[in-house]
Amino acid sequence: MNAPFLKLTDVCKSFGSTQVLNDISLEVKRGEVLCLLGDNGAGKSTLIKVLSGFHEPTSGTMDVEGERVVFKSPRDASDRGIATVHQFGGTFPLMSIGRCFFVGAEPKKGWGPFKRFDRKFAGEVAVREMRSLGITRITDGDRLVGGLSGGERQALAIGRAVHFGAKLLILDEPTAALGVKEATHVLRIIMQARQQGLAVILVTHNVTHAMKVGDHFAVLIHGALAADFRKGERTREEITDLMAGGEAMAELEAEISAFEQAHDGHAPEPEDLERILNEK
Amino acid sequence: MAVNMTHGPSEVSAKRKARTAPAVSLSFLRRPEAGALIGTLAVFVFFAIFGGAQFLSSGGSASWLNVAAELGIVAIPVGLLMIAGELDLSVGSVIAASSMTTAIVSGYWGLPTIVGIVAALVVGGAIGFVNGLLVTKTNVPSFVVTLATNFGLAGITLGFSRVITGTTSVSLNPDEWAKGLFGTLIAGQFEVAIFWWIAVVLGVGWFLHFAPRGNWIVAVGGDTISARSTGIPVEKVKIGLYMSSALGASLVGVIQTILYNGAQVANGQAFVFNSIIAVVVGGVLLTGGYGSVVGVVLGTLTFAIVSQGIYYTGWNSDWAALILGILLLVAVLMNNTFRKMALSSGTPKKKA
Repeated sequence: MNAPFLKLTDVCKSFGSTQVLNDISLEVKRGEVLCLLGDNGAGKSTLIKVLSGFHEPTSGTMDVEGERVVFKSPRDASDRGIATVHQFGGTFPLMSIGRCFFVGAEPKKGWGPFKRFDRKFAGEVAVREMRSLGITRITDGDRLVGGLSGGERQALAIGRAVHFGAKLLILDEPTAALGVKEATHVLRIIMQARQQGLAVILVTHNVTHAMKVGDHFAVLIHGALAADFRKGERTREEITDLMAGGEAMAELEAEISAFEQAHDGHAPEPEDLERILNEK
Repeated sequence: MAVNMTHGPSEVSAKRKARTAPAVSLSFLRRPEAGALIGTLAVFVFFAIFGGAQFLSSGGSASWLNVAAELGIVAIPVGLLMIAGELDLSVGSVIAASSMTTAIVSGYWGLPTIVGIVAALVVGGAIGFVNGLLVTKTNVPSFVVTLATNFGLAGITLGFSRVITGTTSVSLNPDEWAKGLFGTLIAGQFEVAIFWWIAVVLGVGWFLHFAPRGNWIVAVGGDTISARSTGIPVEKVKIGLYMSSALGASLVGVIQTILYNGAQVANGQAFVFNSIIAVVVGGVLLTGGYGSVVGVVLGTLTFAIVSQGIYYTGWNSDWAALILGILLLVAVLMNNTFRKMALSSGTPKKKA
């Protein structure tokens, strides 16, 4: 249990001459939430794609449960128990819940060439798995996924991953498109998954959400790992600052001191400060 | 009190029954085909009134059923493709190419009819394969790819026909069995194609809605990236679907050639847009991810009834295209409404 489920060592990824990921080394253990933080364009998506088998790293190695792995396709990753849930839940709005749950692994009944999709079974399992993640509103697996709320869709996708034996969940911005209440719900689902002994990688740029559920944090800047620390080692301000590369803050400080010099050492009044911030 | 007590439950159950009756009809409205069915019934009633007994006679029914059958054989696989999020505008030229192949092989060269039919289907399958390959490998929108193949293939068909036969129309004297299987008029009116259509509907309907892999088609059209990440071989699904739409078109080419004892280079181009109209009127979402075989059948019937019904009204048939245009727009608006209903009102307010 203490050995890392997934271990990345010096992973690099470049597209042509553009280096997108630079010497990334990371570990994630079972029953632990690793929060991957970073601004837009920091390389989070590419890293997820490497982890989930969409891209092969240019160099560096990956180990799953102590074994060296090379993912040639998303299927290889999912065979190893790595499941990725995308921002919109990777769900199909105009499909029924049962069908959506079993896409790509349809349950069959009947015999020979007349094997058919087992609608009833699919619906029941989907509803049951969602229930185990705390979604009790849904009782009919034939309903369309598009009728679910954002949080419920995430639950559907996560429930699906768990059902198919995922050991590592990669959640790509699961709370980005959600309201406060829905987001809280999703965070609770993440905690539930963690409690069930899953390893979770939560990708987000919402520091508040990350701090609520994370055990371990990694900050990406321009494709490189800028910081790697455990819960409680940094404050929220430090993390936010880090994500913005510290530049935004330094810039603001410079402007304030420029203001002070221009105004005989007077600190900016609140309205002046507002003006400075608005100019940015 | 005692009387009340005994009557209570039965009153409640009566009330409950009264409540479930409208719920059933409402749940029908949430089916994707609801709008399509209403459309088909509406145009049927409309032309039954204005077309009178002639429209309702067996001759009248045959006229639109024949149109529906030929269109339907193409529209069903085209509909599948659209559910998977792709268009196929090349079916017109595939019909022409298959017709000419059958006619040249079995008519001009005089080989047995079966050879011509097989050759036509091989040509169709090959074109479908090329379409699928081009769409999946180049990432150029399928609208453009298949528009290009439609033109390209029309050119190839014309060119080869002239080189080989020196003309653009070739006649054919099909074998007895082939005439019976593909080109007979049952009771002198109903094309045998109607049965081919029924077979295609049953086969594809089973595949899409009941077979486990039918789900893949909907998934590919709903969200290609998610579908790929669940391990669905998206490229293979698309190539397979392009082959099936081309094979459907080939079958129509064979049927027309054998029915009319010959083929012309310009056959079939009307099928390109007519098939799309039938599919869209049938409630399939143009961008993919939603639709049903029943819907496409209804859309095909609606199209056929309108395009033929006009001749029974005594009005100038020039107006048929106008009615089709209006119908297409109304049908899409109606389908959007029903689709929204299916999405939003999916939350049954549980009282019990």
